[in-house]
Amino acid sequence: MKEAIEIHTPLTDKVCEELNAGDLVLLSGDVLTGRDVAHKRLFDVIMHGEKLPIDLTGKIMFYAAPTPSKPGHPIGSIGPTTSSRMDQYAPKLIELGLKGMIGKGQRSSEVKEAIQRYTAIYFGAMGGVAALLSRYITKAEVMAYGDLGPESMMRLEVVNFPLVVVNDSRGRDLYEDALEKYRRE
Amino acid sequence: MSSLREVSCDTITETVRRLFLEANTDLGADVLSAIEKFLAREESDLGRYALDKIVENATIAREQSAPLCQDTGLAVLFVELGQDVHIVGGNFNEAVQEGVRRAYEEGFFRKSICDPLTRHNTGDNTPAVIHAEIVAGHNIKIMAMPKGGGSENMSSCMMLLPAAGLEGLKRHVVETVVQAGSKPCPPVIVGVGVGGSMEESAILAKKALLRPVGQHNTKDDRLPTVESEILEEINRCGIGPQGYGGRTTALAVHIEMMPCHIASLPVTVNIQCHVARHKEAVI
Repeated sequence: MKEAIEIHTPLTDKVCEELNAGDLVLLSGDVLTGRDVAHKRLFDVIMHGEKLPIDLTGKIMFYAAPTPSKPGHPIGSIGPTTSSRMDQYAPKLIELGLKGMIGKGQRSSEVKEAIQRYTAIYFGAMGGVAALLSRYITKAEVMAYGDLGPESMMRLEVVNFPLVVVNDSRGRDLYEDALEKYRRE
Repeated sequence: MSSLREVSCDTITETVRRLFLEANTDLGADVLSAIEKFLAREESDLGRYALDKIVENATIAREQSAPLCQDTGLAVLFVELGQDVHIVGGNFNEAVQEGVRRAYEEGFFRKSICDPLTRHNTGDNTPAVIHAEIVAGHNIKIMAMPKGGGSENMSSCMMLLPAAGLEGLKRHVVETVVQAGSKPCPPVIVGVGVGGSMEESAILAKKALLRPVGQHNTKDDRLPTVESEILEEINRCGIGPQGYGGRTTALAVHIEMMPCHIASLPVTVNIQCHVARHKEAVI
């Protein structure tokens, strides 16, 4: 297996260009969390021409809503939700500067085109291993939409968070490559 | 006439509480041994990496009583209520809901239940979905299953043409799993309900997921072969663990079947992610 590539936030064009579908990545720095309702609210703000509650430039959005933190822990169990539910919002956010997304599952062609056009990246995080993934998070704070509870937008500090590149800026797609390589008739 | 046995609502609440606390933090030996079996024959590097992480996650969750997955699920229960049981000290449904409420609060589990339209969270992970069946005897069997939303979304309920037959059924199940791709957190367990009515096929599909992973349905001697054939076909598709490619797309196919109307062939495919949580107790 190829060695993991260590990367840090904020994501730049240069970092995104060097990543390829199928690469194992260890991410350090900070990421935002947001899922269905938070995305809808961000989108409504954009459509009304209002100011976003957070600056998206160079940021990574993790489609996730953790379990409540136990006393003495920075966060509860956390892992990706299915990304396709955010497909209708993602191209606009990428256009406004969002550089990375973390989730699970295949994306729409519109999202993949935006990833290519704006040199962004879509990472897969492992689904269903949330007790393990919480170990790579050192801090969590609510940034916006606190009324949404677990679905609020948070800022997480992560250290060597394990990810796999699914859609790279050259238009490659790990899920499609995987089917081609491993499908048996 | 047999005498009634009294079971208190407090006992029901406590049992439900314990089952959901355990289910969300302690992955069953059935899932882990299936993972180990497939890990040994997985061809893909990323696939083996993903399967390894599932085993590692289960160990951490058990040691720390931490939720295996951030999606601690919709609380689904199957209850077999003995007809000679008399429930005392309250209301059965409310006793179950209270057990769910306590487990999700005490376990620091995510409350994932909301109004379908406003999306306003109910705040305590209730209401649970309860399927109760009256059976002979003086015991209550409770099977608890926290069901994740991502895999549930990839499920399907179809009224096939009777002429579709066994081949049509097999094709439909394989297509549903392949269509779901990487979204439901493969490797998955595929619950299939065949026959009955529209809603009964869905209940059968969910019930099929309560079986220990990989245990065949031996009530109908046609089914073990059908289950194995569908599983093999799914695992030829290449999706692999997490969709990263490989041989392990599904760990098992479980079919439950019953007779249906001469005009119908109801088939529900209920997808379960690899965090196949189910615990049971008899009161």
